[in-house]
Amino acid sequence: MEGTIALDRAAVEKLLSGTEDQSLLRFLTCGSVDDGKSTLIGRLLHDSKRLFEDQILTLERDSRKWGTTGGDMDFALLVDGLEAEREQGITIDVAYRFFATDRRKFIVADTPGHEQYTRNMATGASTADLAVLLVDSRQGILTQTRRHAYIVSLLGIRHVVLAVNKIDLVGYSQERFDEIVAAFEELTADLGFATKVAIPLSARFGDNVIAPSPNLAWYKGPALLDYLETIDVTEAEAGKPFRFPVQWVSRPNLDFRGYAGTVAGGTVTVGDEIAIAASGQKAKVARIVTMDGDLPDASVHQAVTLTLDREVDASRGDLLVAAEGRPQVSDQIAAHIIWMSDEALLPGRSYLLKTATRTVGATVSELKHRVDVQSFQPHAAKTLTLNDIGFANLSLAEPIAFDPYDENRTTGSFILIDRFSNATAAAGMFRFGLRRATNIHRQALTIDKAARADAKGQRPAILWFTGLSGAGKSTVANLVEEKLHLMGCHTYLLDGDNIRHGLNRDLGFTDADRVENIRRVGEVAKLFVDAGVIVLVSFISPFRSERAMARELVGAGEFIEVFVDVPLAVAEERDPKGLYKKAREGGIKNFTGIDSPYEPPVNPDLHLDAAAEMPEAMAERVLAYLVSRGYAGSHRR
Amino acid sequence: MNSPLTHLQRLEAESIFILREVAATFAKPVMMYSIGKDSSVMLHLARKAFHPAPPPFPLLHIDTGWKFRDMIRFRDETAKKYGFNLLVHTNEEGRAEGVNPFDQGSNLYTRIMKTDALKAALTKHGFDAAFGGARRDEEKSRAKERVFSFRNQNHAWDPKNQRPELWSLYNTRIAPGESIRVFPISNWTELDIWQYILAEKIDIVPLYYAARRPVVERSGQWIMVDDERMRLKPGEAPQERLVRFRTLGCYPLTAAIDSSATTLEEIVAEMLLARTSERQGRLIDHDESGSMEKKKREGYF
Repeated sequence: MEGTIALDRAAVEKLLSGTEDQSLLRFLTCGSVDDGKSTLIGRLLHDSKRLFEDQILTLERDSRKWGTTGGDMDFALLVDGLEAEREQGITIDVAYRFFATDRRKFIVADTPGHEQYTRNMATGASTADLAVLLVDSRQGILTQTRRHAYIVSLLGIRHVVLAVNKIDLVGYSQERFDEIVAAFEELTADLGFATKVAIPLSARFGDNVIAPSPNLAWYKGPALLDYLETIDVTEAEAGKPFRFPVQWVSRPNLDFRGYAGTVAGGTVTVGDEIAIAASGQKAKVARIVTMDGDLPDASVHQAVTLTLDREVDASRGDLLVAAEGRPQVSDQIAAHIIWMSDEALLPGRSYLLKTATRTVGATVSELKHRVDVQSFQPHAAKTLTLNDIGFANLSLAEPIAFDPYDENRTTGSFILIDRFSNATAAAGMFRFGLRRATNIHRQALTIDKAARADAKGQRPAILWFTGLSGAGKSTVANLVEEKLHLMGCHTYLLDGDNIRHGLNRDLGFTDADRVENIRRVGEVAKLFVDAGVIVLVSFISPFRSERAMARELVGAGEFIEVFVDVPLAVAEERDPKGLYKKAREGGIKNFTGIDSPYEPPVNPDLHLDAAAEMPEAMAERVLAYLVSRGYAGSHRR
Repeated sequence: MNSPLTHLQRLEAESIFILREVAATFAKPVMMYSIGKDSSVMLHLARKAFHPAPPPFPLLHIDTGWKFRDMIRFRDETAKKYGFNLLVHTNEEGRAEGVNPFDQGSNLYTRIMKTDALKAALTKHGFDAAFGGARRDEEKSRAKERVFSFRNQNHAWDPKNQRPELWSLYNTRIAPGESIRVFPISNWTELDIWQYILAEKIDIVPLYYAARRPVVERSGQWIMVDDERMRLKPGEAPQERLVRFRTLGCYPLTAAIDSSATTLEEIVAEMLLARTSERQGRLIDHDESGSMEKKKREGYF
């Protein structure tokens, strides 16, 4: 029967005897909407006889219900597995399908063509070794074709097949094929692919998919499947330095301390000298432990547990490396970024960066440029929005060990995570360190924060007043400072308006400038805390992320968030500076509460109801909080 | 000096990485244990991932009360043999009300005794990550699912808004009450599973091997009469046939196939020559074409 699995006894014997030595090819299909990606995969599965009878029956039933190909089987329905996809006849998310021929096993990622789902395309591309880029013969190269070609190149895929699909609809024209190939050559000239091949085909009718087609007699190259079965995509792993991100420290008993992880580069042999990249501590590998017994050596991709010949300070997130052949260590790194969040990138905002097994705080300190996917040219940009690609400098909370992405995909790749929504906001590729953080040693000071605070008989902290303009933040903060002063406390008040006249006078009120405004104030406040001072900060500070960033600059218990809460209507009615009126009339842009959002604290340390309470009463509450927790009053010691 | 890893070694290493990543980043993970061949492989991988320590999480079995008796026996033996902390959860309300696959129909029965029970168990213990043995080659909505599959406070999957998942950089961050379902053997095929069981000599439930068993024919499929609760239709009489199972679940909802395969080698050979998919034997998948996705959106694994 057509379309069913037809393996003979000989193949079975081979598989059972363990002599099977099929290699695996992971590839993706990409390209613009309606270029026929899903149909091509469905056709590959069907024609390579990898479908079961019940799957074919389901496909026939689904084709009648959802199909877009008249009475014929609609192969796209084999991969478009989500209801929304079947209803709309489009691909939304990547599907992974598995098939095998006598020569090779395949994992294929069928990725969506719509621009809005680019992040799902990138997901599929990140684990592939080859890309099949489709174009519709009638349409030729489109913007999405260019975008996908660029992303494929950016993600380090070195092999690409241009599938010139729907060739039947242009009368199997060689001339049209040659035109598209010429345009493709121009497009990919600088994209660094190791192999490129163009194949004319018709996914719907099967021409040149698994076998050469008489309709394309002028084409002398291989059919698609033939090519996929034979292309060599192995990378030269030999000679690459050993990399081992510690994933998990195994301590089942006092006598065993093992570092579990997956080799991310090179090989390791018992007795090898390794180093912990960040600290430079060295040790020798004592054992390579697995449940199947100890190994003499381990190479890239192997999941093992290492024990060392001496005690070292290493934990999850550390990178064990060859003592000779170290990675870069830096807290300032230049990288390419693919933005994947509906919320735009804000330079200066703190995100979480995850690379290998390490997670650190990170900000984009400088966005160098955005890449125009039409021309591949750099353009100046202030931000990146969904599906934008940019090149930026990252500033990390701590130095990390990394390799350029071109040298190692594991130690060279990262994602950025939004601290509040926990969404994966971006994916990125490290390019180079901007300076070696290891050369900039922090100055160790003799007199520390605790000593300074003790001298003053207080506990230093940031009192962070946040709320709408006109809520009464500065009024309350003033009163609190007066009271603290009377108690003999050493205080300082940082006020939003005043700071904007000096330190931050170069900043405006765009989202990006607001983030930078708060970052600077946070850093200044931190210095005051370090000096042992109780510092009062009175800023609208509308975004949760930046308040969280300020909180993380100082130690636990050193940041007290005071929410001066007032309904917008009340603040607007008070309007002490006449600002709301101006904003409503359009005289002020980006005014918080009017045309710029205010994100109220979810869980403030102190919540003041400024609509109901008088400033004096609110100040007393703040003071009581400080005294009861030992920040001020009752001279300690 | 080192030969490149084989296909199965690569799959094994990828799964071990995923298992360790969860243990290292979640406060309270759990491994769903369904007793089938995929669960057996997943469990074996978990032992490998943390050796010489035991896996740092318990096993959870959602017992509908309608599993094959051989499965329950195997479950208890396995837990005992390796010293696993096995948690068993049943929807007691459903059981007390006598919910069963015959009266309620497979859809409603599955929702009450499996999906609802699963959600209740995860919530009760406060598990923030749960391993499942699903594979992408099983079914077309599974083919779309991430390895780390985010679930909201109601355990629901939002297939239209999945987190990007690049390289092996899994985003493990969640808010309180949310959870992640993790599928360490996403990229394994049915053939990989059997080849691995063969290569690693992994124990599996005897029901996978052919034996003479009492069955009745229902819509062209063999349903085993595993105990006296099986409702026979008028005139229906169990007959002894040489059968085995390609997939295991609740016995009234799981069809057997005619087979004489009594060794692993014979099973693999038979599988390679198969003309139907393994899910053919699962009655709950056939209610309609999008039924798996619907169940997953409700919180099913």
